[in-house]
Amino acid sequence: MVDPVVASRLQFAVTTIVHIVFPVMSMGLAPFLIYFTWKEIRTGEAIYERLRRFWVKIFAVSFVVGTVTGLVLEFEFGTNFAAFSTFAGELFGGPLATEGMMAFMLEATFLGIFIYGRDRVSDAFYFLSSVLVGLGTWLSAVWILIANSWMQTPRGYELVNEGGRQVVHLTDPMAAYFNPRFQYMFLHMQNSAVESVALFMAGVAAYFVYKHHVRGDEVENAAFWVKTLKIAIVALVITAPLQVIHGDLYARHVYETQPQKFAAMEALWETDTYVPEYIVAFPTDISHILDPRAKELLGIGIPGGASWLASGGNPQAEIRGLNSFETEAPPVAVVFWAFRIMVGLGFWFILLGFWASYRWYRGELVEDDLLHKAFMGSSLLGIVAVETGWIVTEVGRQPWVIQDVMLTENSVSPSLTGAEATFTLAGFVGGYALLLALYTYVIRRIIQHGPPEVDGGAVEADAGTDAPPEAEVSVDD
Amino acid sequence: MTDLAGEALFGLPLPEIWFGLVFFVLGMFLFLDGFDFGIGILFATREDAEEKETLLAAIGPFWDGNEVWLVVFGGALFAAFPEVYANLFSRYYLLMFAILAALGLRGLSPEMYEEREDDQWRRYWGYAFVVGSALTPFLLGVFAINWLTGVAGIVSVPGVLGGLAVVALTVADGAAFLGLKTRGSLRDDASRYGTRAAVAYLGLVALTLVAVYVTTPALQSALLSLPVIALVLLSVALVAGYVVATRRGEYLAAFASVGGLVFGLVTVIAVTMFPAVDRATGLSVSEGIVSTLPLNLMTIMMALLLPIVLSYFGVLYSVFSGPIESGETYG
Repeated sequence: MVDPVVASRLQFAVTTIVHIVFPVMSMGLAPFLIYFTWKEIRTGEAIYERLRRFWVKIFAVSFVVGTVTGLVLEFEFGTNFAAFSTFAGELFGGPLATEGMMAFMLEATFLGIFIYGRDRVSDAFYFLSSVLVGLGTWLSAVWILIANSWMQTPRGYELVNEGGRQVVHLTDPMAAYFNPRFQYMFLHMQNSAVESVALFMAGVAAYFVYKHHVRGDEVENAAFWVKTLKIAIVALVITAPLQVIHGDLYARHVYETQPQKFAAMEALWETDTYVPEYIVAFPTDISHILDPRAKELLGIGIPGGASWLASGGNPQAEIRGLNSFETEAPPVAVVFWAFRIMVGLGFWFILLGFWASYRWYRGELVEDDLLHKAFMGSSLLGIVAVETGWIVTEVGRQPWVIQDVMLTENSVSPSLTGAEATFTLAGFVGGYALLLALYTYVIRRIIQHGPPEVDGGAVEADAGTDAPPEAEVSVDD
Repeated sequence: MTDLAGEALFGLPLPEIWFGLVFFVLGMFLFLDGFDFGIGILFATREDAEEKETLLAAIGPFWDGNEVWLVVFGGALFAAFPEVYANLFSRYYLLMFAILAALGLRGLSPEMYEEREDDQWRRYWGYAFVVGSALTPFLLGVFAINWLTGVAGIVSVPGVLGGLAVVALTVADGAAFLGLKTRGSLRDDASRYGTRAAVAYLGLVALTLVAVYVTTPALQSALLSLPVIALVLLSVALVAGYVVATRRGEYLAAFASVGGLVFGLVTVIAVTMFPAVDRATGLSVSEGIVSTLPLNLMTIMMALLLPIVLSYFGVLYSVFSGPIESGETYG
């Protein structure tokens, strides 16, 4: 039997790692869908209706799976982390309830209209539905991140003794709910969702453009996919640099508020000055790959980079090492490598965006096979970056569940037995693997099936295959 | 903010209001997602592919929104009575995950069913849809009755009877909704099942209450109190009303009767439980409630949001009112 504390933590990790994929898809797709709906109504062009209908299918499936996995998450605070829920419920329950009432309800009800109601409501009302669905997904993130960011930088509370045990009492709601971390998290999360979806769209579109161009396959809808690729590139070029810019601000904030997490990100054990930022790093001894130490890393590092990052521009700045904290360090290897994967991908996305823009500018977007392959290979990397980012955030704050207030090991339900926890953990691993497989299967089928035909759509597709696609499609305006 | 921290908003009895609100939200879930479950169960009685498609189309635009009431139930309980939420959910640990698994199966299976045309694929996902649709209300019934009695462990006689009662109730719910959404033989068949289910519900809920009475002496006087007796009598009248309305083809009235039955059941549970909010831990409503400041904030939030949310549902149901047109599908 796995220890209930370990099993609960692993189970929660599985739940969140799988769940986050679906909100990323729906939050990221939302602005695109609003744009397609707007253009469809304004221009009456068939391509926008096809874009909307195609991507709504993917949105709908993501929403269903997101609901199923999100509900689990909400219940798990009670089932597995009863001690945490009792201790911090006063602060934590409110945002979750508000998320349900304010955001999830909005999204779920208007999604019914958005999916099924095109012919039943007016254009204006239909457009409003798309906006409300999108607003719902983004408001969900507001309340969930309020709850999460409070655990990173808890404010506006006091600890009181109630019936012989300590609980958190809310004293200042503004300080608690708009705590310092919230804005960083929200910007970083939402932008990454749009960026991830842009990469996914670009990957799918590049696949069809590539197929059409290189293999000479008779790809219907060539114009459709070139258009999709261009829209995705525009989104990528906007979001990718932003992600790195506020990522930098975020990192500095982490150093100021969670220095232990920052030290883990840099694998810095001893307090030091002029700390380099390793971009590519290998331990001098391979066994240290699971226990990286900044002092023993071989690699390309920016001298003073980590100091610069932590202090906001001073390469000489001193950074506290992990050994200077009383609590045990988080799993350093996980945090260190996850951070590097995330940052590395972030820069790769910028490069990809500029590469694609350059080709587009030169009128060679359809011809550059290597670019298409790069997009195909990167289609899921946005989601990988989100996952690794969350791993830095959540593993990095260990051993705390609420920073400096409650240890994770004290948060698990006291009544939970090892047998129960092991049983559900096994169920989660199996069930969620199946769920991911089914989701992938459905999404693949939707993509293979291609965009739906609409009135006038066939004409446009023909035109697209005859003429060079680019001549056919106007630049995204 | 000092005012909000000092005393209850407008001097209202907020712990009691939130106790009521939690059960109201549970009732909304059972009533609205209940017809989705009922239609999922009735799916098992259909052979014809087109009729199956009609059943899926009937719930298509609604079920997502309906399910959110369960999210809000969890959230409201967490926000207002965090200790109850924590104790209750961890006490019935495996039951909670069974509910989630059943609900997941119900949510996923129509999506998968629509994905491919071949018979075997559709047969299995059809089974999954029926199993998820039947298991979820059953387990929710078990959960609600276990919560009321505070029984240790998951399987109890009152719990199982209560689970079966809720299943019957959702079938009646689904049938009434199909009365509004379908025509012809499909509607006639559904009405027949619905009538039987409503009568069965009455029997099962009576047995459940007797079982609670026998097994839980502490609740005996509450079960014999005037409100409970009145609600039971009202339920008898509502079932009669359901049967008559269905015979006459007044399906909206039948649907409203089910609504009455659902809120009647939820109210019986709430009234019998009160003033405790979790018998197993002995927590009363006034002990389990959060402190004044978050409570006031949540009350303001709810007072603002609840009417808005109810109006969304009004919009959603009116946009998709009327029978399923031929050719309308789930996908």
